[in-house]
Amino acid sequence: MMRFLLLFSRQGKLRLQKWFTPISEREKKKIIRDMTSMVLARQPRSCNFLHWKDLKIIYKRYASLYFCLAIENQENELLALEVIHRYVELLDKYFGNVCELDIIFNFEKAYFILDEFLMGGEIQETSKQMVNRSIEASDMLQETMEEYMSKPAF
Amino acid sequence: LSCCWLIHRHSDKPAKMPAVSKGDGMRGLAVFISDIRNCKSKEAEIKRINKELANIRSKFKGDKALDGYSKKKYVCKLLFIFLLGHDIDFGHMEAVNLLSSNKYTEKQIGYLFISVLVNSNSELIRLINNAIKNDLSSRNPTFMCLALHCIANVGSREMAEAFASEIPRILVAGDTMDSVKQSAALCLLRLYKTSPDLVLMGEWTSRVVHLLNDQHMGVVTAAISLITCLSQKNPDEFKTCVSLAVSRLSRIVSSASTDLQDYTYYFVPAPWLSCKLLRLLQCYPPPEDGAVKGRLVECLETILNKAQEPPKSKKVQHSNAKNAILFEAISLIIHYDSEPNLLVRACNQLGQFLQHRETNLRYLALESMCTLASSEFSHEAVKTHIETVINALKTERDVSVRQRAADLLYAMCDRSNAKQIVAEMLSYLETADYSIREEMVLKVAILAEKYAVDYSWYVDTILNLIRIAGDYVSEEVWYRVIQIVINRDDVQGYAAKTVFEALQAPACHENMVKVGGYILGEFGNLIAGDPRSSPLVQFNLLHSKFHLCSVPTRALLLSAYIKFINLFPETKATIQEVLRCDSQIRNSDVELQQRAVEYLKLSSIASTDVLATVLEEMPPFPERESSILAKLKKKKGPGAVSVTELEDSKREGGELNGGGDRGPDTASTPSPSADLLGIRSAAPVGAAPASAGSLLVDVFSEAGDISSLTNPLIPLPCRFVCKNNGVLFENQLLQIGIKSEYRQNLGRMYLFYGNKTSVQFASFTTTVSCPGELQSHILSMHLLEPLVEGGAQIQQVLNIECLTDFSDAPLLNIKFRYGGALQNLTLKLPVTINKFFQPTEMTSSDFFQRWKQLSQPQQEAQKIFKANHSMDTEVLKAKLLGLGTALLDNVDPNPENYVCAGVIQTKGQQVGCLLRLEPNAQAQMYRLTLRCSKDSVSRRLCELLAEQF
Repeated sequence: MMRFLLLFSRQGKLRLQKWFTPISEREKKKIIRDMTSMVLARQPRSCNFLHWKDLKIIYKRYASLYFCLAIENQENELLALEVIHRYVELLDKYFGNVCELDIIFNFEKAYFILDEFLMGGEIQETSKQMVNRSIEASDMLQETMEEYMSKPAF
Repeated sequence: LSCCWLIHRHSDKPAKMPAVSKGDGMRGLAVFISDIRNCKSKEAEIKRINKELANIRSKFKGDKALDGYSKKKYVCKLLFIFLLGHDIDFGHMEAVNLLSSNKYTEKQIGYLFISVLVNSNSELIRLINNAIKNDLSSRNPTFMCLALHCIANVGSREMAEAFASEIPRILVAGDTMDSVKQSAALCLLRLYKTSPDLVLMGEWTSRVVHLLNDQHMGVVTAAISLITCLSQKNPDEFKTCVSLAVSRLSRIVSSASTDLQDYTYYFVPAPWLSCKLLRLLQCYPPPEDGAVKGRLVECLETILNKAQEPPKSKKVQHSNAKNAILFEAISLIIHYDSEPNLLVRACNQLGQFLQHRETNLRYLALESMCTLASSEFSHEAVKTHIETVINALKTERDVSVRQRAADLLYAMCDRSNAKQIVAEMLSYLETADYSIREEMVLKVAILAEKYAVDYSWYVDTILNLIRIAGDYVSEEVWYRVIQIVINRDDVQGYAAKTVFEALQAPACHENMVKVGGYILGEFGNLIAGDPRSSPLVQFNLLHSKFHLCSVPTRALLLSAYIKFINLFPETKATIQEVLRCDSQIRNSDVELQQRAVEYLKLSSIASTDVLATVLEEMPPFPERESSILAKLKKKKGPGAVSVTELEDSKREGGELNGGGDRGPDTASTPSPSADLLGIRSAAPVGAAPASAGSLLVDVFSEAGDISSLTNPLIPLPCRFVCKNNGVLFENQLLQIGIKSEYRQNLGRMYLFYGNKTSVQFASFTTTVSCPGELQSHILSMHLLEPLVEGGAQIQQVLNIECLTDFSDAPLLNIKFRYGGALQNLTLKLPVTINKFFQPTEMTSSDFFQRWKQLSQPQQEAQKIFKANHSMDTEVLKAKLLGLGTALLDNVDPNPENYVCAGVIQTKGQQVGCLLRLEPNAQAQMYRLTLRCSKDSVSRRLCELLAEQF
């Protein structure tokens, strides 16, 4: 299974963090520090895989963002790269030409899209169409602000 | 603000503003985020955040009820603040309220907040569970999916208890929507991983297995993760999945790239599902049914064939997906290890990848070949790639690839190529990255020993190792070379000559001086005939290094000198003069001074005969598994859970292992012969390993130690209250180590009994009893073999259940015969009530509210006592965490104080406990206060803890 997914910028600013197993906040901060320093120190054109403790770290850079995915030891590295790529495609499809700012300003959407794609550290749905359909369906469920304002509060 | 496209495909599209308006933009949130981004400094950011927090707090506390939209917006802002790395201590209730909204977006944000900020606050969990329950029964698929996601994200024990029985029903129900099935399968998997005891598959097994046949590829993909995990745990119950998996795989492999529509990824049909199927098959041996097996072999051949076909796309995604399947197929072939033809094909395929221009493929090929090298069918085929691998070690730019190459060389090494591989690894070491040097050194040392045909080559190799990478040569490595030289008299002369030559170098590593001192002290006489290495020359050479060395090395050299006096009487005067000079005899280091004084005295008063007996050549070391190997296993992470992990105080070292890796310099167990002479830690000369001098040990232990063995009760070392692992007991015969783990009201304890002698223990039996009112209950205990060989170690497992709170620890009684005499000892097991703590996080207000609730006088226990141990903050924190409670920050108004909270889980009830520890550094005193929902627990904890600080 996958253990965590981190998105961070070239400056090491964290943009998204998804933990698939319960980890204390302190431990999370330590992992984030380790990952950013390890990945950002890599030379260009190095391989995309690293060993870290008992996990494999798969990372890939898309424009200004690094995607960093930790998988368990018996998992397939190449496929993990494609998990990252598929997620980027899904973001791209939703935002239309996605950029780092989209993820900063719509972080909650980035989490929702990820939740449609992965769950509990495993792939839930690999079809781009299926994921997009459910994300669009949930967008359809949203009402306008006027509708909200007119509703009584609880 | 610069926009950076993640994907450059549409680079002709004009730059755009961030898509804040899509769906339901929350304008206030976007403004806030952009304010944060505009902050010039960390301080400005914190100021802006504090302002926002104050604003949100006032809104939440305000008289005016908030509408759903505002509530959602503020919860989302809190979430953003939390994700920036700031603590959030409110808003949970508002988030929980959002869960029961029937607006999808409100619900969604509520669930996201709960998933990210999991809080073990039990009252909230109950409310969350209620909301989840409603959504699960809503029959609205989007709501159900949100609820299932939340369970999977939080995955706590309470959630498992509430939903573990409901979810399998949803998963297999005929009318469940596909998307819900997918979520249910993965949610169940999550719960199974956290609480396997609560997920009972029984009646659902066959219907779950048949999800492999589901029409919907997405359902199969999700379900197979669950099935794989369940199969690993219960292979027999799930074995029908093998034939289903083979036929599904066969259909995918033989399908055209367009057949599977959107499940085709860059012209590769269903790569995720294919890999998962191949992974599932690796839980089982090759299929017994001939037809199934034939079909599977056909699939594997097709996959190997496809690798040779020209790619259908130049995109890296295509080749990655295709090769992912290929590597998974090769893993399965290696797992079966029964089809020579496929193994050799796999090896050839990996051979091609070794020279591929993609670094990733070279890396994976090296890694995969490591496992192939251990198969008898493909070992030879792997060896044909040796030149390529050596080349990779020399020329790869990326250190992680070089590391894989070194691993593979290690794996493919055998008698035929050992000299070449060891030579290459040694020359690589000269330039190797610091991060991998220590591991490389261990590997070279192991290979050199394992494949040494002539021991002169072995000695050369290890000395080279010290010369090239002395800093990375751990004690185990140089202890080992000395053990081997001492045990093989055919190599001693050569070793003395080589080490003498190596010491000639003007700058030689301190480890070289250690080995040199030891070997010349023992075998210097073998080269003393040559005038170029006459006794005095040898001595002067060693002594020229003396002043550059650290204290332990100097101590070793002093022992070498006294050995010289015995070997070469002509050096006596010179050496005595050295020992007599102020820098030795008045050395400020006690150890050096003592050695100098005692050796000087010994050399002046003892007769030649006595000297010859005392300083006799070391007896051979007992043959044991190389301690270096143990060290490498340990370095390589878990899997090899060796007892050496129990080490925690200086003394223990390798003694649990039976003394095999005790270095010649170990001062820990002074043997009686050393005591006689008063050279307590003059290990290299005096202290023979216990097993070698066992006769003496026996004589003395009869007199001294056995009496302690019959001592009726050995008290519990108090450090075990806050620790679960360590050495529980040790005397000259026996060492007992423990490792334990606790969850809820259950515990498991591993006991390791190590026989420290070279003689067998007979009729070895152990019993555990629970005295008096003790209710901690030992459920089961694995029986032991009645014999424990000399130097051996055996393991025993205890399962423990806490029925109600208790104060006395269970007793462990051990009986065995050692050399005819019955040994009987009883000790307390470190099972204390605090082992069953579950930490509870809470806020300051919660804490003091509860504190007030527990105000009846008998609920409180208090003690004021003098500090017995360090009052250092970190030490205290570590102890309090070791206790099992949650250490709460920012709760006590006085930052010097510590407060903790936890729940003790017994079978019958839960006891909430609050703790407050107030140190007074000036007075070196503490005041400890405990308030628990049960009086007896307060008192017991207070007693236990007062001894800890």
